[in-house]
Amino acid sequence: MSSYLNFIAEKNQVKYLIITIAFIIFSFFWIYPLLWVLSASFKTDFEIWGGLGLIPDRLVWENFERAWFGANMGRYFFNTLIITVVSVIIVVVTTGMFGYVIGRYSFPGKKILIGILISTIFIPQGYTIIPVFDLLNNLNISKNLIGLTLATAGHTPVIYILLFAGYFSRVPVELEEAAKMDGAGFVRTFISIMLPLTKPVVATVSILQVLHAWNDFLLPVVITLGNPDIRTLSVGVYAFKGEYFVDWSGMAAASVITILPIIILFLFMQKYFVEGVQGAVKG
Amino acid sequence: MHKKPLSKQIYDARWCYLFVLPCSILTGMFVIYPIGMSWYFSLLDWSGFTKEAKFIGLQNYYEAVNDKFFWDAFIRSFIFMFGTVPVKIVLGFIIAVFLNNQVLKLAPFFRTVIFMPVVTAIAIIGIVMTFVFSPFNGPANKFLMSTNLTSAPIDFLGNPDTVLPTVMGVYVWKWLGITMMYWLAALQTVPQDVYDAAKIDGAEGYRLWIHIILPIVLPFAIVIILVEAVGALNVFPLIETMTAGGPFFSSEVMEIYIFRTAFVTDSGTMPRLGYACAAGVFWGVAVLFITVLQGLWMRRTRRI
Repeated sequence: MSSYLNFIAEKNQVKYLIITIAFIIFSFFWIYPLLWVLSASFKTDFEIWGGLGLIPDRLVWENFERAWFGANMGRYFFNTLIITVVSVIIVVVTTGMFGYVIGRYSFPGKKILIGILISTIFIPQGYTIIPVFDLLNNLNISKNLIGLTLATAGHTPVIYILLFAGYFSRVPVELEEAAKMDGAGFVRTFISIMLPLTKPVVATVSILQVLHAWNDFLLPVVITLGNPDIRTLSVGVYAFKGEYFVDWSGMAAASVITILPIIILFLFMQKYFVEGVQGAVKG
Repeated sequence: MHKKPLSKQIYDARWCYLFVLPCSILTGMFVIYPIGMSWYFSLLDWSGFTKEAKFIGLQNYYEAVNDKFFWDAFIRSFIFMFGTVPVKIVLGFIIAVFLNNQVLKLAPFFRTVIFMPVVTAIAIIGIVMTFVFSPFNGPANKFLMSTNLTSAPIDFLGNPDTVLPTVMGVYVWKWLGITMMYWLAALQTVPQDVYDAAKIDGAEGYRLWIHIILPIVLPFAIVIILVEAVGALNVFPLIETMTAGGPFFSSEVMEIYIFRTAFVTDSGTMPRLGYACAAGVFWGVAVLFITVLQGLWMRRTRRI
């Protein structure tokens, strides 16, 4: 790709420099709140409110100890991890199967199915939360991780399905016919021919679901109202704020425990994050 | 060509039905069923914690439309939308235009930095921001005072006049990375030859943008506005963790109102799931109405 839309002429060094410096300053201010909480997690309470500097006098690792053991963030970390991993598996398998069929086959009722799905795309979570809460209670799975995991996997799947369906619909028919000639059935064609081809979509959908599951708040806060044992990290930090209001450094450490894994994942798999996000408007 | 009978068609597609089943069950349980049930619940006088529920018809709706707090929250949700979406669209566009330059060596780095808040848990952002905007030596006030922009600390989140703009600012900061990515995707669809042709014709500077590039990205703009507008109506986690709707309900948007009437019992009132569902249904219909309106607008613009 050549440099179209370049209104910064390559010869104009001064303009180039000014724009770069402006963006560096802007970026610093932009990221400052995140750097601030990272540095606060290693500071003493006294030091946090002392100045704007980001480098702690010494690294106070005890903050993390208090958060992990004292405020139960360790437990919440594993709760969140389980919910995230299992819901990703559920979502990839179910929407992958759905997207495959939608993208490659036509069958009676397909249009109705798609229509119902599309109509749910903009349903606000606040609108469905109360019946979901009631449903999990009635099924007796509101007090353990099963209910929370299922409900986390069960939010509106439209974007995932569109990503899968779009990708599957572009796979050449010859591949499928060759598989059929070899005597492969419907399921085997899907698992051994189709699924390996969609690795990029699987990655994108997984990342989007990780982001959703790890960072969700309304659902877990409602489901865990009476069950502190199954809290997720976000809910845990929120409860921390209510229970240990004066432990600023501990709260900062708990926040870092929550956000750091996703930020690291993002830095390594940025491409898939971007593809997932852009899929929403391209589709 | 004659068509196969329907029963044969369905039989032939048996694998298809099996494949759509798992996802359909999940969506049915957690999306479709709740939508239907909230209509039913909204007709009940029901606390949600006992089996006792009395059918009271439209009384919950009647009560909601006569509740001042309901309408305040309703209007505030739209203030939030109209205050944040245009800022995000314009700011996101400007940043995307700059960062779309391959000449800018650090563009990928800037993109990463601007996108960073997007991947950060929203509840954590809300909590951290209560520190950042604290009137007691919070970094925001520290900065303003050390640069002599203010003489006394501002109680950003404790003052009913500043709380909503502050939360809106944080919202824009948190999600601008997504808007930027949308715009980058849009700008990358502008074909090279269109640009070259315009250059040959002598279109330069702002003319190039207004006459050539804006018309190409316009269809994207409409989708972006739609997605952003609906997004700005769903701000529960940020506001709940930053202010819980306070002070004195001055930042209570619709979702906070629903949550408060459904679950929050600290003022000694009973939770009222039936009533909250009525407010939720009213709200859901309003959002749907806006979505449909925008959808129609989208189709009209596309036809032109």
